[in-house]
Amino acid sequence: METLAMHISNGIIDGPVAAIFAALALAALTVCVLRGRRDLDDRLAPMAGLVAAFIFAVQMLNFPIFTAGVSGHLLGGALAAILVGPWVGALCVAVVLVVQALIFGDGGVAMLGLNITNMALLGTAAAYVLIAVLLRVLPRTRAGLAVTAFVAATLSVVVASQGFVLEYWLGGTTDLGNNLTGLAGTMAGVHLLIGIGEGLITATTVLTVAKVRPDLVYALRSLRTPAAPAVPVAGGAR
Amino acid sequence: MGAGHGHVLYRESDSPVHRLPPEVKIVAMVVFTIAVVATPRTAFWAFGAYAVLVAVVAALARVGPRWLLSRALIELPFVVFAVALPFLGSGDRVEVLGLRLSEDGLHGAWNILAKGTLGVLASLLLAATTTTRDLIVGLDRLHCPQVFTQIATFMLRYLDVLVGEARRMRVARISRGDDPRFLWQLRGFAAGIGALFLRAFERGERVYLAMLSRGYTGRMPAAWQSEGAATTGQWLVAATVPVVAASIAATAVVLS
Repeated sequence: METLAMHISNGIIDGPVAAIFAALALAALTVCVLRGRRDLDDRLAPMAGLVAAFIFAVQMLNFPIFTAGVSGHLLGGALAAILVGPWVGALCVAVVLVVQALIFGDGGVAMLGLNITNMALLGTAAAYVLIAVLLRVLPRTRAGLAVTAFVAATLSVVVASQGFVLEYWLGGTTDLGNNLTGLAGTMAGVHLLIGIGEGLITATTVLTVAKVRPDLVYALRSLRTPAAPAVPVAGGAR
Repeated sequence: MGAGHGHVLYRESDSPVHRLPPEVKIVAMVVFTIAVVATPRTAFWAFGAYAVLVAVVAALARVGPRWLLSRALIELPFVVFAVALPFLGSGDRVEVLGLRLSEDGLHGAWNILAKGTLGVLASLLLAATTTTRDLIVGLDRLHCPQVFTQIATFMLRYLDVLVGEARRMRVARISRGDDPRFLWQLRGFAAGIGALFLRAFERGERVYLAMLSRGYTGRMPAAWQSEGAATTGQWLVAATVPVVAASIAATAVVLS
């Protein structure tokens, strides 16, 4: 039941609700394109591509969850938000979803608006809000960054899963009656488990990048003190 | 072109469908899927007609039914939900093989199964007849914002970089005495995932700088050289499939 939240396939949510969410997603992505264009410089362009490729690869790995009889995968919204910022980050996840829908049939094309709303918009936005708050509250140490990445990734997955419950409540093609609360509970529980896996991967990746190339981490840019004078690469005459 | 080897789903061929420009195929596929989704679920004949339409296009594209059906299994996890619906749904119950199932739920399950399968088949046909590079060119010609196509271009390019780096790191681990088997390689993989990301980034950055130095400005040459862009005739030829699908959907809506 879980994979649904990640990739809603054709026919699960009815047409009008899908169309409303498609319009919503289109409007939000337009804002992301306008804001993201400003962010996308020579350093961020390859990073955005790699983040998207990384998310694409990682979404193919499925976590089997035996107790619930379902499997789920990672979302990558938090990783994208930390490394390339909320605007370009949401675009990265959206690109992954569009390519998956067009050529892999992963999630219906007609349901693209719903999928983008859940995973690219809700997931990334929730992650970025958490990151912005936690980075200010927590000590600026490696542990602080790790906790931030872990918490943001875990909770963003749960938030994205509840987006599906909301959409199902609005326009599910089959009336579940009172089972809807059950659906919400199952989704939240299962996604908490997936979120922990996502949190661990996000935290390790972000920590490594922050250690070796802190200049690549978007979320740390605004907090950093002015960069120390660069060490000359080639030694000149002294 | 230094195209990568990431075209897992692309089937090299020279069929009429392969020769159509990508933007035309993307639009046709999207309209077809929307028509399928808009069809009332009780119009069973309409779904049969859509299946015939898919089969005709597959035959024209010289894509065999075996290839198509085995790849369509990708949707299996997505339809697990459909199986649960007859038990979860509310409303009238019907007796099927001794089980009391929700009628609404049964219809819902059929709805997801039929519409999901047709959607997957349509996108597989697009993937089988269009390379990923052409797909981006098609999106660009459909006036997709450049930021978007740029990220998509790099994503598809860097997938190969990422896979290549992962393979190299695995060889390096094995040559240092690691013995990765099934689940046990997960630990090594998890420990190396940050390193993998950085290595892939540094390679990817070099690829990007090399592209810049050769005159890359954010769009691939194939996109701004209008050579190969769709002609009116090609639009009309490709329009047959979505137009037929839309009329089937319209008939089904009127009849129900």
